[in-house]
Amino acid sequence: MSVLPYLLAAWIFLAGLYGIVSSRNLIHLVVCVSVCQSATYVLLLAVGYKKGGTAPVFADIPSSRRVVDPVVQSLTLTDLVVAVAVSALLLSLALKVYDHHESLDPGEVTELAG
Amino acid sequence: MSTRIRFVIFALGALGLGALLVHGVVDLPSFGNYPGPYGDLIAKLAPKERHMVNTVTAVVFDYRGFDTMGEELLLFGAASAVALLLRERREEDVHGVDDRVTSPAVRGVGALAAVMLLVIGLNVVSHGFITPGGGFQGGVILASAFAVVFLTVEYRAYREIATTSFGEPVEAFGAGAYVGLGLVALGFGLSFLQNFMELGIPGRLSSGGSAIFVNFSSALAVFGGFLVIFSEYIEENMRERHQ
Repeated sequence: MSVLPYLLAAWIFLAGLYGIVSSRNLIHLVVCVSVCQSATYVLLLAVGYKKGGTAPVFADIPSSRRVVDPVVQSLTLTDLVVAVAVSALLLSLALKVYDHHESLDPGEVTELAG
Repeated sequence: MSTRIRFVIFALGALGLGALLVHGVVDLPSFGNYPGPYGDLIAKLAPKERHMVNTVTAVVFDYRGFDTMGEELLLFGAASAVALLLRERREEDVHGVDDRVTSPAVRGVGALAAVMLLVIGLNVVSHGFITPGGGFQGGVILASAFAVVFLTVEYRAYREIATTSFGEPVEAFGAGAYVGLGLVALGFGLSFLQNFMELGIPGRLSSGGSAIFVNFSSALAVFGGFLVIFSEYIEENMRERHQ
């Protein structure tokens, strides 16, 4: 199936989303957010893949060699840095929540309940 | 809202989103039949036009250098926010914590690994335009050398080499230098972050022109940013162990 890698990305994203909704622990929830983000790496790299293509580094390959798309690869790099920043920030927010509620269970943080 | 209703709502939403995602990807060009012209163009141009053989790094620090600056500042903001949030919880620095790792084997291997990580980190940073790597990856490796010291040697040794007065200025200098390099280009009458130096011979360590310095400044910013984040969490961990 030629679109399987894209469907894989969609599946990873939905799996992460399920984790976020069903989470009973904020640390677990942050990990689920990272799972969602990793779906974007799969999607980006899959979009840029070229059959028979190699890494777009021309240090030791002829310039005529087929290479995969360098633009999506650098976007993935950007994506990773954003993921780290988001995780670090969310984890420190989780610590703050623990300070106020003595619990990491989002179900027990009732202040924001609608 | 009961858990059950929540799951029903989620299932409906996930089904809808899943259907949309599937609908969105089935018409994409099949895997491996890459259609985009930009990547091909960059792969062809970067080695000739910018003398950078690693085209991924060429995109990050040259063609999309301005976007990378935004990303740099995003990391800067996140590290600052972590420091702000966590420091507010702590009244004072932790003193008198004894968490010496007692196994000499672990200490020895840890110290060795830290030195090796520093060397590998510098190697990855400086060869950014030649081999896979660059400022971001190298900066993270450099910072992980410090984390290894904490994990395998002791907290006090970590505090001595990674004081807050070390990570913060490094990060700030890196982020500032990145912006500064853009302004220098403006001063030469060029566009923001445009190359203003000799491009060098492709494949050599000195190739890439002024983007080399952009690469190094981002390495410093990432290294410093990670150190700040590590330090805050480690400090937090020690405080809890202390009590």
